[in-house]
Amino acid sequence: MLKNFEPNKIFSITSKAPKYVLIVFIIIISIGLVEALFISPEDYIQSHSVRIMYVHVPSAWIALGTFSIIAILSFVIIIFKNKSFILIAKSLAPSGLVFNIIALVTGSIWGKPTWGTWWAWDARITSMLILALFYIIYILAWRIYDDNEKVYKITSLIAILGVINVPIIKYSVDWWSTLHQPASINIFAKTSIHSSMMIPLALMTASFALFSILIFLMKYNTELIKIKNKGLDRL
Amino acid sequence: MYGKKVKLRLLFLSFIFIIVALSVFLILKSLEENVVYFISPTEIKNLPEIDNKKRIRVGGMVKKETIQLNQNKISFVITDFKNDINVTYSGAVPNLFAEGKGVVAEGYLNDRSFFDAKKILAKHDENYMPPEVKEALEANK
Repeated sequence: MLKNFEPNKIFSITSKAPKYVLIVFIIIISIGLVEALFISPEDYIQSHSVRIMYVHVPSAWIALGTFSIIAILSFVIIIFKNKSFILIAKSLAPSGLVFNIIALVTGSIWGKPTWGTWWAWDARITSMLILALFYIIYILAWRIYDDNEKVYKITSLIAILGVINVPIIKYSVDWWSTLHQPASINIFAKTSIHSSMMIPLALMTASFALFSILIFLMKYNTELIKIKNKGLDRL
Repeated sequence: MYGKKVKLRLLFLSFIFIIVALSVFLILKSLEENVVYFISPTEIKNLPEIDNKKRIRVGGMVKKETIQLNQNKISFVITDFKNDINVTYSGAVPNLFAEGKGVVAEGYLNDRSFFDAKKILAKHDENYMPPEVKEALEANK
């Protein structure tokens, strides 16, 4: 595994990458938005509110995926003392939190016209709120223990314990009766979203993933510059 | 092979992880009554005793052809296809409230088969499709 972490070498690659990611992101989100807002049909029961789904669902996926990646990186960091993953895990958190909040807010906006309420303390929504709290604790821990060289142990442990919540979020709609509907997209069973609605959903997911990579790279580059400024050529 | 320290860390971390996961599981299991957002008419039927001061939520399908409008009062039947419960409510219902669709009523039990709702929430299912597809599905029924 990559033991030797050389900020200069990595920076020469990651400092150029955001430009290209941004271009691809702009192209895909343009097509995705046209598909989501204009071309895709309205739903048979909720009519145009269905368009909120094209933001809500990808955001929730990205928030869950990002936290899982942080947890896996944290596992490697703690067990194998892998130094190069520390900054990657740290830089992933902000975009994960942003998408988590977007998922909660768009869910709320969708809930009012559909369910008749902005908020419900059901298992899915509450567990998603807990994920946001874990993101916040994770980011805060990085700030609070900033000058402590053991900071990565604390943050990694938060991520590893927080990941217990991820399967709870995923299966909350199956384990308990919730106001939130069960999953529409299943790997092993029939998907209950019409194909004409899958196109914008896939495009929006791709563009949000690109956006999150973009934010990650920008954050990661900042972290690398910070290390360079400290005069360290190795972490 | 990995060193002794790596194995020790792995063991220790797994131990912490399993303990925390197990505690979370046990807490959720014992709080099940509070984690569920609503209960079904069957569960109401099987309640050992009825507390008509306690605000609860009942969920299920709005039984077909049971919605009755009487001035600003609305009454309907919630069913889970095994048992039914009669619900009365005064006020506006959400747009998606319709017969044959999911609904959650929040309010107080009068007895095992009459529910006085203070709030009605519509439940949306996992199906998303354009109106034309829905019509085609209906026609093929």
